[in-house]
Amino acid sequence: MKLVVTTSPHIRSSLSLQKVMYTVILCLLPALFWGIYYFHIRALFLLITCSISTVVTEIIFKKVRKKPVSIGDGSALLTGVLLAMVLPPYLPLWMAALGGFVAISLGKEVFGGLGYNIFNPALLGRAFLMAAFPVQLTTWGIPARASWTSLDAITRATPLATTLPKFSGNGLYPLQKLLFGLHPGSMGEVFSIGLIVGGLILIALRIADFRIPLAAFLTLVILSSIFYFTGENYPSPSFHLLAGGFLLGALFMATDPVTTPYTKKGRWVFGMGMGALIVFIRLFGGYPEGVMYSILIMNAFTPLINRLTRPLPLGGKK
Amino acid sequence: MKSYIVFIKGLWRENPVFRQILGMCPTLAVTGYLSNGIAMGLAVVFVLVASSTVISIFRRLIPKQVRMPTFIVIIATFVVLVDYFLRANYPFLSKKLGPYVPLIVVNCIIMGRQEAFSSKNPVWLSFLDALGMGIGFTLALVILSTVREILGFGTLLGHPVLGQWFTPWVIMALPPGAFLSLGVILGINNTFQKKSTR
Repeated sequence: MKLVVTTSPHIRSSLSLQKVMYTVILCLLPALFWGIYYFHIRALFLLITCSISTVVTEIIFKKVRKKPVSIGDGSALLTGVLLAMVLPPYLPLWMAALGGFVAISLGKEVFGGLGYNIFNPALLGRAFLMAAFPVQLTTWGIPARASWTSLDAITRATPLATTLPKFSGNGLYPLQKLLFGLHPGSMGEVFSIGLIVGGLILIALRIADFRIPLAAFLTLVILSSIFYFTGENYPSPSFHLLAGGFLLGALFMATDPVTTPYTKKGRWVFGMGMGALIVFIRLFGGYPEGVMYSILIMNAFTPLINRLTRPLPLGGKK
Repeated sequence: MKSYIVFIKGLWRENPVFRQILGMCPTLAVTGYLSNGIAMGLAVVFVLVASSTVISIFRRLIPKQVRMPTFIVIIATFVVLVDYFLRANYPFLSKKLGPYVPLIVVNCIIMGRQEAFSSKNPVWLSFLDALGMGIGFTLALVILSTVREILGFGTLLGHPVLGQWFTPWVIMALPPGAFLSLGVILGINNTFQKKSTR
């Protein structure tokens, strides 16, 4: 009999980094397909540009720093896909490419690569673009539904931007429109049902932790209900949930294992902070949308949350 | 030979901004336009050279216990000179630089050179050291503000250098642009310095 002597670990999960990344991309597909169908060919170009830009940037950085090129793990591709999903579909493509470059270079590689980044790379790329090109990043197109060949679009603000300042009811956009993604917005955030299904699959597969989305969901609903039922002119909780990037952010970005707390208690804290920040930025802040900044801000707090919520080891002293 | 080394080290090898990371306040705050960067750099060169020379002359007379206040008084004198000079001759530039001209008084580069060099070295060497450091600082500001003005406004010294197709990157004109470009330049600089020392 042949005995193999090794050190632990002896049992390995079959879940590899590669599998996780590609599963997330698969779960994003329904929303992606809808985005491409709804916004036509420009959304596809945007997706391709962002993906190529992030992947190429990653290859360049690995080559320059003489590290093994780990492009096969799909993390750069996922960043590109997520970045495309949070950008306005009619954004000039060179801006999208620049965003992809910034996302990987300043968002990930300068910190040492995957696993060391402080901020969600895709959102960092978007934050850069938002600060660099505020006009283009807040110009949303309504797709011209006349024909597939037409690339023309009407520019129009998102439901959040049009509705929030002087709100009454659900405004231009009733619930079913928001659910089925028949409203302007970022390319991947409009199709709410697709995002919910994809996110639930991720949670069921235990790739995403349910705590952060749940905490963010509860906080958002409770806080926005308080405003909705006590004050006038505040949007309803369902509008908060469906009209902006909350679903995409909470289900796919705030569940990124690298940039969020690793303790269970910390994840509740992260989700609650995120939900509260979204409501406050949307209602009282200078921007109509707060999901990006709330996730980035909570990313910055993650090390602190980790330290404060460290669980006590068995028999350990306070 | 020694005086040459004293002069040249401030330009690149011990560049106050890129190597010593001193004087970050003006470096980050006034580098939105190249003209601001040059003006701030020259103002610092003047203050640094003048105060280093004066302090070096009086270095044996300044009591050790009160050397910091003494340095500050001397530096402040020259800063006031520069401030009034700018206000009288270039009121527009002076307005754009705002409080950052008076703030040269507390610039770490200047205080650092007095403490580290001119209070212990003869006049000629102190003069060269201050000149080298000042020019190094100006060089850093020029590099940074060139990058920021081209990307943030598409202009250089107010003249458009990039064509109509260029969309200005607003972020480069804002504070985050200063941090980003300084960080990237520092990273590139460190890479080269590491290679050259190896």
